[in-house]
This record gives sequence, C-alpha cells and structure tokens, in this order.
Amino acid sequence: MIVHPTTAGMLLAGVLFVLGLISILVRRDIIFMLLSVEIMLNAAGLAFVVASSHWGTADGQVMFIFILAMAAAEVSVGLALILQLYHQLKTLDSDEAAKMNG
Amino acid sequence: MIGTAFYIAALIAVLSTVMVITRYNIMHALLYLVVSLLAVAVVLYLYGAPFMAALEVIVYAGAIMVLLIFFVMMLNLGKESAAQERLWLKPRIWIFPSLLCIILLGELVFLVLQNRQPVSGIQIVNPKEVGIALFGPYILAVELTGMLLMAGIVGAYHLGRQKEKTLHRFLENNQS
Repeated sequence: MIVHPTTAGMLLAGVLFVLGLISILVRRDIIFMLLSVEIMLNAAGLAFVVASSHWGTADGQVMFIFILAMAAAEVSVGLALILQLYHQLKTLDSDEAAKMNG
Repeated sequence: MIGTAFYIAALIAVLSTVMVITRYNIMHALLYLVVSLLAVAVVLYLYGAPFMAALEVIVYAGAIMVLLIFFVMMLNLGKESAAQERLWLKPRIWIFPSLLCIILLGELVFLVLQNRQPVSGIQIVNPKEVGIALFGPYILAVELTGMLLMAGIVGAYHLGRQKEKTLHRFLENNQS
C-alpha cells in the first residue's frame, strides 16, 4: 500500500501528539507533564511543516519558528515555576499543589 | 528509498516517545526525548525543510533539552522519586485515559485516510522564501514573538528567585 507523503507525515504528527496527550494525562510528576507539553508542541510543529511542504508555501515553516520560540519561553517559565513549587512543597507531585493553603 | 528513510525515522520517533512516557527515571526519559527530537528532525529534512531540521536540532535537542537536564541535575532527585512514580503507575490508573486517547487517534487516522488528496508530491520550500515571508507579511508576529521571549526571560528571573530571609539571624537560630 502506497501512502501519500503528506498523509504519512500527518499520521506521524498525530501519533506523537497523542503520545504526549496520554503522558500528560497519566503522569503526575510535574517535570514529566512539562516534557509531555514539549512532545505535543513538537508534533504540532511537525504537522505545520508537513502542510507547508504539501502546499509549497513558506507559511507553515514560519509557524514552526514561532512554535519553537514559544516552546523555549514556555520551558523557561515552567521550570522556574517548578523550582518555586519544589522549594515550597519539597516534592514534584502535582497533586500536592491541588490544595490551596490560603 | 526516501519512503523507507521516512518510515525508519518515524518508527524511531514513535518508539523513543513511547520510551519517554514509560520511564520512571526522569534522566532516561530526557535522553530518549533527545532521540525522538532528532528523529523528528530527520523527518523534517525529508519533507524539504532543511533549515527547520537544523533549528530543531539546535533549539529543541540542544538548548531546551540542556536546560531541562541541568534543571533535573540541580534538583538532585533520588531513587525515592522513581519508586513513588512506579507506585502510582498502576494499570487501573492509566488504562482508561490511554483508551480514550487511542480512540481519538483511531478517529483521526480514519479521517486522514478517508479524505484522500489528489496525488501531488511534497514540494521543497527554501529557507529564502521562509525568510522573505518572515520579514514581509509576518513582521508583526516576529515582533510579538520577541516580546514573548522578553516576557519569558523576565518571568523566569522573577519566579526563579529564592525567597529573601526576613528573620534576624538570632531569631532564626532560636527557632531551629
């Protein structure tokens, strides 16, 4: 069976995105949740590049660059938040942060 | 030939991502994630986007992964964290969300396979065209991305600061 290249690329992006989604739903270690968000962003960027090469326009690759910059900003702020959480709760369990100690 | 390369890279990407989400030790997961990102970079190259493949290796597999690895080393998590995570990951906990996600994936696969486009192979987009588009119609978005990065820097600095000590040395010694 011959699969069209665009179809194959979109399927790969979909599989990677769903793996990230499963991970973010299943895991409770907060660093693993951040990693899952990275996987999902990467899959979305892959889908953009595949669509860009399907239509022969540069728009998808421009979007990939934006996703890349956003992922970098997101990781830096997310890691700082995890650091604060770890210093306050002494654990990386995301359920510990579900209680508001107001 | 190129199809074979794509399938191998895609297989490696999926396998290593599965390894990422099933590891208990965060360090192993990060190293698998680097493999996954490299495989995705190969796929990007095969889809006629060599500049994006280079950016993927430099920014994702380089900068972001190094940031995460140094962060994990700084936190210095031990074996008890991995044991706790192993304790949490029981089948009855993870089977249901995974099943839901697999149903969603099946739906997506069905839709993609059904709506078949007329065969027109992939087209190569040069980095030059990307640059022209980036600094032509998308110039506002580029400036907004710069602001986002600035906000990221300021936010990370503000959040990452340690709390200042408010107690006097003498009181602190009495307390402990």
